[in-house]
Amino acid sequence: MVNKSAPAVDATDLHVRRGKHPVLHGLSVSIPRGVVVGLLGPSGCGKTTLLRTIVGVQVVQSGTVMVLGREAGSESLRHRVGYVTQDASVYDDLTVRQNLQYFRAVLGAPRSDVDRVLALTDLTSQAGQVVGSLSGGQRSRVSLAGALLGSPDLLVLDEPTVGLDPLLRVELWTLFHQLAVSGTSLLVSSHVMDEASRCDRLLLMRDGEILADDTPAGLLASTGASDTEGAFLALIARHPVRDATNGSAS
Amino acid sequence: MNPQRTLATAGRVLSQVRHDPRTIVLLLVVPSLLIGLLAWIFSDTPAFSTIGPGMIALFPFIVMFLVTSITTLRERRTGTLERLLSMPLGKGDLILGYTLAFGLLAVAQSAVAVGFAVWLCGLTISGSIWLLLAVAVADAVLGTTLGLLASAFARTEFQVVQFMPALVFPQILLGGIFLPREQLPDVLRAVSDWLPLSHAIDALQAVATDSQDAAYVGGELLIIGAWIVGAVVLGSVTLRRRTP
Repeated sequence: MVNKSAPAVDATDLHVRRGKHPVLHGLSVSIPRGVVVGLLGPSGCGKTTLLRTIVGVQVVQSGTVMVLGREAGSESLRHRVGYVTQDASVYDDLTVRQNLQYFRAVLGAPRSDVDRVLALTDLTSQAGQVVGSLSGGQRSRVSLAGALLGSPDLLVLDEPTVGLDPLLRVELWTLFHQLAVSGTSLLVSSHVMDEASRCDRLLLMRDGEILADDTPAGLLASTGASDTEGAFLALIARHPVRDATNGSAS
Repeated sequence: MNPQRTLATAGRVLSQVRHDPRTIVLLLVVPSLLIGLLAWIFSDTPAFSTIGPGMIALFPFIVMFLVTSITTLRERRTGTLERLLSMPLGKGDLILGYTLAFGLLAVAQSAVAVGFAVWLCGLTISGSIWLLLAVAVADAVLGTTLGLLASAFARTEFQVVQFMPALVFPQILLGGIFLPREQLPDVLRAVSDWLPLSHAIDALQAVATDSQDAAYVGGELLIIGAWIVGAVVLGSVTLRRRTP
C-alpha cells in the first residue's frame, strides 16, 4: 500500500543526464501532499527532466527519488501517478473516447471513469471526434484527461496550459485546485511566470537547480519583489553562477 | 502480463487501422496484385508454378514488416510509448497486443493472397490449401514480429525503412527463389539454413508440390515459430521503461 504520510515527492541529491548533457546537478526537493506545486523556470532549465525522473521514466545517474513513499518508477506507483507530457501523448488516429477507453483498460479503472474525465476536461461534446482533427489545446486536454483516469494520487503535468485560451486556463487551474482539495497532489510545470500566483507552492528552477521553494506570498516577501518575475530575477542576481567544469554549485 | 491489457492493446491497434481505410485496402490488395503481375509475366512459361508459392511467403512478410515497424516507431516517437510504460502495462502486453492485431490482419491478407493465387492465377497446389495458408500466416506474423524488433533499433522513419532492405532482402536472395538453395555456395547455403524465410519458402513449395508429408511442413512451421517467439522476447527486452 502507498504510504499515506510520506511527502508526494522526496528527491535527494539527484544527478541526472539527458542524453549526454548533465541536467540536474545534485538537486534535492520535497513536495508536500494535497497541494498544487508550480515548477517554474525558463525553457531548458531541467523541468521536464525532473518531472521524468519523478515519474520514473528517466535514467538517473545518482541520488534517490521517493514518490508517495515508494521509489520512483516502482510498479505499485504506475496506478497512482498520472503523467502528462509536454506534447500531447495521444493517438491522433483514434477518437477522444477510444483514446480514453484504451488508457482506462490499461489502468484497470472503472468504465464510468471515461465519462467522468471527459466532463472534467470539458471534452464531452468532442468525445466522438478523431484526435487528429482537434485543435492543439483540445489535444492537450485529451492527454490531460488520460492522466486523470483512475484518480491518481499524484499528477505530474508538464506545461499543461501552453497554448490554451485564457478562459480555459482559468478553468484548468480551478480543476487543479478542486483535485488538490480532494487530496490529489499536483506538480505543474510552466515557463509562464504569471501562472505562479495560482499555485499553493512554488519551485523556481534555473540551470538544473532549485533556486526557491516557497509559497507565492513568501517568495515575494523574501525578495521584496512585486511579482514572480521580479522575484525570480532577484534570486538569480543573488545566486552564485554554477561552475560548469566541476558540475556543482560553488 | 495480463490478458485484458494485451487484448485492449490489440483492439486499440485494430481501431487505429480501421480509421485508415486506405491502409486496409493496400494491405489486402497489394500482395495479390503483385502475385497477379508475376503470373502474367510468366504466363507463357511453367515458372510461375515454382516461383508462385515463394511469392505467397514474400509479399505478406515484407508488407507486415514495414507496416509494423513504422507503426511501433511512431508509438515511440509520439510519446505514447513513454506514457504507456509509465502506466501498469507490461512490455509483453504491448508486444503481444501488436502481434495479435497485426497477426489478424496477416490472416486476412494471406487468405486473400492465397485465394487470388490459386483461384485467379491458377497456381496449382497439390497439397492441403489450409496448410499453405497456415505457413503464409506464420510468415506474415514473422514479418510483424521482426518489424517490432527492428523498430527498437531505429531512431527515425528513414532508418526504419532502411531496415527493410537490410534485414529482408538477404533473406529473399538466399531463400531459394532466385537460385535453389542446394546450388548456393556452401557458406551461403549454411547461412540460409538459419534464416526463417528460407524455411517458409521451403514449406510453401513442399505444400504446393505435395513433395513432403505434413510432419516436414510442421517442422518448418516450428522453426518459423521459434523465430517469432525469439523476436517477441527480444522485442520486449529492448523496450525500456527508463530512457536516458
